Amino acid sequence: MDWLTRLLAFLSNAIVNIGAWLQGVLTGWGLPEPTAHLIVRAVGALAVGFFPLVVVIFLIWAYRKIAARIQGRLGPNSSGTWAGPWGILQTFADAIKMIVKEDIRPQGIDPVPYNLAPVLVVFASVMLWAVIPFGPGGSLIGTDLSIGIFYIMAFASAALFVFLMAGWSSNNKYATVGAFRAVAQLVGYEIPQLLAVLTVVAVAGTMKMQGIVGAQNVIFLVAMPLTAFIFYMASLAEINARPFELLEAESELVCGYFIEYSGMKFGMFYLAEFMNSVAVAAIFTTLFLGGWRGPWVDQAPILGTIWFFIKMGLVILAWMFIQITLPRLRIDQMLNFNWKFLTPLAIVNLCVTVLVNKGITEAFPGGAPVWTRAGILLFSNVLTVLVVWGISALGRRREERRAWRVAQATELEVTA
Amino acid sequence: MTITLSHVLFVLFGLMVLGGAIAVVTVRNLFHAALWLMLVFFGMAGLYVLLEAPFFAAAQLFIYMGAIGILIIFAIMLTRAFMRQPMPRANEQWWLAALLTAVLLGVLVFLILQNIRPNIMAEAVPESTIHILGVTLVDPTGYALPFEVASVLLVMALIGAVTIVRER
Repeated sequence: MDWLTRLLAFLSNAIVNIGAWLQGVLTGWGLPEPTAHLIVRAVGALAVGFFPLVVVIFLIWAYRKIAARIQGRLGPNSSGTWAGPWGILQTFADAIKMIVKEDIRPQGIDPVPYNLAPVLVVFASVMLWAVIPFGPGGSLIGTDLSIGIFYIMAFASAALFVFLMAGWSSNNKYATVGAFRAVAQLVGYEIPQLLAVLTVVAVAGTMKMQGIVGAQNVIFLVAMPLTAFIFYMASLAEINARPFELLEAESELVCGYFIEYSGMKFGMFYLAEFMNSVAVAAIFTTLFLGGWRGPWVDQAPILGTIWFFIKMGLVILAWMFIQITLPRLRIDQMLNFNWKFLTPLAIVNLCVTVLVNKGITEAFPGGAPVWTRAGILLFSNVLTVLVVWGISALGRRREERRAWRVAQATELEVTA
Repeated sequence: MTITLSHVLFVLFGLMVLGGAIAVVTVRNLFHAALWLMLVFFGMAGLYVLLEAPFFAAAQLFIYMGAIGILIIFAIMLTRAFMRQPMPRANEQWWLAALLTAVLLGVLVFLILQNIRPNIMAEAVPESTIHILGVTLVDPTGYALPFEVASVLLVMALIGAVTIVRER
């Protein structure tokens, strides 16, 4: 049983041990210590960068399969050409097809921005993964920046101009208009998303990703469901998921900014979209579901990674079900929902939560008990929802009464 | 003096900023100029990272690339003259602009020469710069007044924008 104990000890801190082993091998070859360290870090960075790619390949298969089952189809399978059991290799076949496809260049494009845009869009999506904490400690996170979550928001926001780049350089008015539509949606929904993140940061007291995970003795989904709702809705719009799927809208708005792209260049946009969906699920897990925290993590740190992936998988499943079942909103409904409902709600929620949180800190000088703080925050959230619902119900009734009065007046005129 | 990774990165980001800035004012295509400006913003963010000011780096990306850059591109694209490219490189007020930038350069060089501190890299960066920044921004003896004035200015701009686009 000795080897079993040793194997478990190795696995329980696998990444650290693999890193130490690699460094030992490299120094054994006669490399100086700093160079070996640099190489180990570079390998780690590559692993973090390739991780979303690998996940996305299987995610695309899973998405197609689940969508097919919900819609009463079979989805990818091996009935024609063999593509593995349950068609699991279908995505590889699609990827190879995309890579070897002829590179079609429309006339009159602006070549440098046109070719740079797919690269930059994937670059921005990969960069998000640098600060996602997959497990406890400093080894299962790319780098635990002091600005953590702000880094993610900054990169997501900085990448917006790539859509304009792609849309404009394609020399197609539909692509340009699509880019405008995309930026209008993404810039708009950034505001409630950022305000929700700010609420979390204010309660956690830090922007470090590990710090936010550490602050969730009660997960923030329970303590602040309203914030989680705002963040989730805004994220759905940010990753172009179905109720807000106006960036693409392939059936009536001709795909938007990437209409002129084909082959692997189109594949890059597709890839970036899926990578962003996974990244948003990881961020939601970190911010609201307690990240890697779960039972027995103290004994075996690698278990934290498993908890993380289970929670992330559940968030991705929720995203898929929404994406598959809901119809698409019109653009005015989408913008109204953001500017007239979500953004004001996020501002009110931020003010209430921050004030209540500060009040709890002042009321319990020795530090509030965990469940007391969570309970009071939850209560304030419920209260906010009730007040907002009441106000909107009053507004709706006033609207209805006005419409009725107008109808009465016209009727009188008609009879007179 | 040994060359470290941070020296290499500094030169790289410096070239990015300077080369991008030259390209912004020399390219004839306005859209390309805006894209070069994005490169300048990105290089500035890199320089902030090298100065161990991560918050400013992220703010640079978030505000300059994510907001101001987008606004500039929108403004260019919605300008009708953009369709007649390539644009002339300078208009008739170039001498005024040259004069103003020369004065600005002189002032900046003077200020930098006044404040040269040779051992500034030897001073350690405090552990939690964000905490210090946050406290300084709301501290009455610190920058509370400029901070509030800036937010009032932004609210005024917001109200102004709403007033302008309102249907009458």
